[in-house]
Amino acid sequence: MTQDLIRQREQRIGWLLLTPALILLLFVFAYPIGRAFFLSLFTENLGTQLQPIFSGLSNYHRLIEDGRFWESLWNTSVFTGVSIFCELVLGMVFALILNQSFRGRGLVRTSALLPWALPTAVMGLAWAWIFNDQYGVVNDILSRFPFWETNITWLGDPTRAMLALIVADVWKTTPFIAILLLAGLQSIPEDLYEAHAIDGATPWQSFCQVTLPLLTPQIVIALLFRFAQSFGIFDLVQVMTGGGPAGATETVSIYIYATVRRYLDFGYGAALVVVTFVLLILAVVLAGFLLSKARINVSGGR
Amino acid sequence: MATLTLKELRKQFTPEVVPVKNITLTVEDGEFLTLLGPSGCGKSTLLRLIAGLEQPTAGTVWVGEQNLNAVNPGDRNMAMVFQSYALYPHMTVADNISTSLKLRQVPPAEITQRVRTVADKLDISHLLGRKPRSLSGGQRQRVALARALVRKPDVFLLDEPLSNLDALLREQVRGELKQLFESQNRPVVYVTHDQIEAMTLSSKVAVLLDGLVQQLDPPSRIYTHPANKFVAGFVGSPQMNLLTLDCQGKVAKLGHCEIPLPPLAQVPKLIDLGIRPEALSVKGSEVSDQELVIGGKVFLSENFGRETLVSLRVEGSQDVIRALIPPDQTWNPEYTKLVVPFSSLHWFDAETGDRL
Amino acid sequence: MAIAQETKAHTHPKMKISSRSIVLWVGVVFMVVFCLAPALWQVLTSFKTNAAISALPTIYFPSFSDLTWDHYTSLGAGFWRYVFNSALVSLLSTLLCLGLGAPAAYTLARIKLPGESLILGGILIVSLFPYVLLFLGLLEIVKFVGLGNNYLALIVPYSAINLPLTILVLRSFFQQLPRDLEDSAKMDGYSTVQMLLKIMIPLTIPALVTTGILAFIFAWNEFIFALTFVTRDAMKTIPVAVAQIGGSSVYEIPYGPIAAATVVGTLPLLVLVLFFQRRIVQGITAGAVKG
Repeated sequence: MTQDLIRQREQRIGWLLLTPALILLLFVFAYPIGRAFFLSLFTENLGTQLQPIFSGLSNYHRLIEDGRFWESLWNTSVFTGVSIFCELVLGMVFALILNQSFRGRGLVRTSALLPWALPTAVMGLAWAWIFNDQYGVVNDILSRFPFWETNITWLGDPTRAMLALIVADVWKTTPFIAILLLAGLQSIPEDLYEAHAIDGATPWQSFCQVTLPLLTPQIVIALLFRFAQSFGIFDLVQVMTGGGPAGATETVSIYIYATVRRYLDFGYGAALVVVTFVLLILAVVLAGFLLSKARINVSGGR
Repeated sequence: MATLTLKELRKQFTPEVVPVKNITLTVEDGEFLTLLGPSGCGKSTLLRLIAGLEQPTAGTVWVGEQNLNAVNPGDRNMAMVFQSYALYPHMTVADNISTSLKLRQVPPAEITQRVRTVADKLDISHLLGRKPRSLSGGQRQRVALARALVRKPDVFLLDEPLSNLDALLREQVRGELKQLFESQNRPVVYVTHDQIEAMTLSSKVAVLLDGLVQQLDPPSRIYTHPANKFVAGFVGSPQMNLLTLDCQGKVAKLGHCEIPLPPLAQVPKLIDLGIRPEALSVKGSEVSDQELVIGGKVFLSENFGRETLVSLRVEGSQDVIRALIPPDQTWNPEYTKLVVPFSSLHWFDAETGDRL
Repeated sequence: MAIAQETKAHTHPKMKISSRSIVLWVGVVFMVVFCLAPALWQVLTSFKTNAAISALPTIYFPSFSDLTWDHYTSLGAGFWRYVFNSALVSLLSTLLCLGLGAPAAYTLARIKLPGESLILGGILIVSLFPYVLLFLGLLEIVKFVGLGNNYLALIVPYSAINLPLTILVLRSFFQQLPRDLEDSAKMDGYSTVQMLLKIMIPLTIPALVTTGILAFIFAWNEFIFALTFVTRDAMKTIPVAVAQIGGSSVYEIPYGPIAAATVVGTLPLLVLVLFFQRRIVQGITAGAVKG
């Protein structure tokens, strides 16, 4: 077939250009996951002198009965659910503000970008300092209000430690959501609002009936990204509470890290990785499904 | 020196989308072939097939004796001018023009010489050091032409090169293009949807519809002898009057008029009649028996300055006929008679649309 | 009468605007304070003397005697080593990422390949993976190849974790370039690789800068790989080094030095944000929305 020679040549070059990147991606993403699936069928810990011994599904058996795992999963879910909800609401407020034209908007946008750009691990320390029991600025501000307890224990108290983590996470990632939503807002044509206002809608009605439906794709995308990041949260927790007090803020990733690095239980750590991975993929597939639905709705609505 | 030949070219994207169905053509040295047709007729795809930017599903492209199907676009020695000009934004005009020569390892001295010659010819020598973004539309168009000319290719391909120019400039460049390519003595394939460009520039016009050549003829013949109803309606402005008439015996009925049919083997029930608006005139003092007279009421007149287009409802029918008449000509608003020589009538088969 | 009506009509919308703008400005102030206060607090802490840091009630407006450079000097010359490590690792991984990502993005944007949508879907999914799922497998490789305490152990994974975003953003930029330009280049006789290098890459420099900045920031901030693959002190990156100052003493956490280290270690990021604010926003949206 001489007909397709040119296309074949082009495709060959295409693969040549694509392959190095694909190899690196497979190497760094696919291999570790695949390896975890494999390793999860072995027992490899201090008890076996770090030699892998095939043990079938015993790691998964152990996982089902491991209360600490389920607790960490619960902690992760609480953290993820609450922080994403707050971020979404606050991010929407920020996006609506940035979508207005006012003097100094560029500067405001720059300052909104700052939390996103700073390293989570480093800023986690800053937040730990802010929530310090004795000298923390949060306690100082609260103590100036009457009827407030002073010297509240933040990071040493199970519930309040979680609260502090969520505040820090909301601070860190709201800008990301705000930027995504802002891009969505800017793509909504002004005349839709004008037409809606002429129909007699109040701003709140416009927000509910025009903005929100048209912003659905951006909201779902933001949720998807944030869900995945939040579900795997590591650095913030590691730095601020280390999972404490008494495991009250231990997320799945902290547990995985401790299993591998502290207890050197590689086989069980791999099983934890596999289960977390499967849960994450399920959630992503669900979100992707919702996203495709939302896309159809939006295009149908227009 | 070279003949461009297309043999039974076909391009199929999906079973439903077949922009080029079966096209066979030759373009000789010095011939200027225009592919003319409405958007979606396959003319741009055909040009891209010739260039090698698309690969045909079936059929072959030849230059001289060489089959080009497996030859990369860059090795076909064809030069193409794009509708958007496609100048490299980050290169100077001189680099834009010379880059194809550099890639072909032409000696630097010769490159300089050739760039200078072509720049002089197109009057863009003073722009050679500038970047495309600082040029006007007309200047960019010249650079795009220079880029093609400097290569001295076997074949020139032009994809609607005038459509991004404003009307005044377009007319001027059109004239220049004609002279420029006449002097090149190479096959030129020119794609346009503008019939005036097709008429003025070409030595041959291929009218395309639905991936097939409807007619391949010199421009004057396309105008005087359209091969079918589509060509008749597409070429000529204002559009040809096309009426579907009942046939009775050896005449076709238009309102109260009876028009003798051309000699036909078999008299059909219906027939299509085409009359160019410019062939009609308002009836003068006498009518010869070589002329058809159509009477009716003028209900609309549009003055173009140079002439007036009048629309007339044919007496005893709902059919409308438009005629181009001199602007100073007057007509009776109640009842006007238009005349047209029988020799200027075009007859088409009502079913196939083919010329009879 | 006419004048009175006119003024009335004039003041009414003005009042409406001003109530609206009050809400807006309250929002703006809240937003700026919310975003900047924690960082500014850290800056202030870094300049306060230990006495001022632990003074109660908290000192918000320190007097001259409450201020000191000590925390910065206490970081010592060794801290520059961490900055250097971070800069080196981030820069090299960014370059590697762009070098691999740009050709891949071009291919995915323009050349039709079988299984292309599968590859794209894979890249998209992979960009959602938390790194904690990867470190176990990577740790094994690092040990096996003997890359522990080698910059490559960070550079290669950092390039990889930034590849999905880079490919998606660059692909959307390549798709926006006019196709005629490539066709023209093909007619001129460029090969695909030459065309990529001489035509496409020069035209996508803005996009390369955008994605490069994002990749650099992500690499600078990465924590779990840096914590796991590098144990030798002289090779640590900023996030790990700063976290370590906090972990060095159990009873009394040295907040002053931590704050100073935070300021020094995030200054490069601050500069990037200040100068490339618009590009960063562009990159974040292109990566998420286009993908």
